[in-house]
Amino acid sequence: MKALLLALLLALPFEAGTVEIRQFSDPVQEQRYERLIDDLRCLVCQNQSLADSDADLARDLRDEVYQIIQSGQNEEEAIRFLTDRYGDFVLYRPPFKPVTLLLWGGPFLLLAAALFFLISHARRRSNIVSPQLSESEKKRLDNLQRET
Amino acid sequence: MRYLIPLAVFFVMVIFLGVGLTLDPREVPSPLLGKPAPAFSLPEVSRPAETFTQERFTGQVSLVNVWASWCVSCRQEHPTLVELSRKAIVPIYGLNYKDERGAALKWLDILGNPYVASAFDADGRTGIEWGVYGVPETFVIDRTGTIRYKHTGPVTPEVLEQTLLPLIRQLQAQS
Repeated sequence: MKALLLALLLALPFEAGTVEIRQFSDPVQEQRYERLIDDLRCLVCQNQSLADSDADLARDLRDEVYQIIQSGQNEEEAIRFLTDRYGDFVLYRPPFKPVTLLLWGGPFLLLAAALFFLISHARRRSNIVSPQLSESEKKRLDNLQRET
Repeated sequence: MRYLIPLAVFFVMVIFLGVGLTLDPREVPSPLLGKPAPAFSLPEVSRPAETFTQERFTGQVSLVNVWASWCVSCRQEHPTLVELSRKAIVPIYGLNYKDERGAALKWLDILGNPYVASAFDADGRTGIEWGVYGVPETFVIDRTGTIRYKHTGPVTPEVLEQTLLPLIRQLQAQS
């Protein structure tokens, strides 16, 4: 009984694999296909790639991508097919264009702002000159040091 | 001054996160808006011998509703569509997405048929051409056959009154 349970438990992770097996005559095409479905987002389960998703639409879209790649077209054509219909949303890597300027430029903007603050802060620090002791104060300090 | 900057940063974050909460990530903007309705040629659901193409949409403002008998939300919006079709304001066309003809016909028989005609898209290829990702979806198409609006999710009376009908009237007023 225990052995059976263990066997069932071990079988679980393998059962979860849902992606159908595709036949490719060209290994380059196979690589293209694998890379694409990993990089494209499923519209139904929005946090899964086409490769991960078990949604009906994801399967259909994998079919489309498979056919495009198999017909000898390249990645860009497959991506264009999907973005023409579903928009940039299907891309996990959004393209660089005016709408996404803040998205791509934002981190650099933050970095520049942080550097600016850091430098101006450091400058302000170095400008603080430690006050000089007057003659009478120096004498007092000497006296105090001698006492101890 | 010391506390002003962190406070300002905090409020900016609150504003951004607050706006983020009001957005619906399931609403994916369609790249098809302002473009001609994608071409297709499908049999009708009720009359398999008849061919339904996108050319039917030219000449008048129309609604295209993507539906399926297996779709739960479609059942929810169906009475709203039936009611709209009775008022004869705008012709409603259906795109029956990845369905079985028998089930689809039964659905129309029992729940009523608001559609002038429904195209039968058994393999869902036309759905993909139209960028369908979550049935039900509803498109507003103008006289020239251009997609003007897309609503994802069930058409509620509120959506109809506040969004779809004003747009339809506006498009109908244009000549």
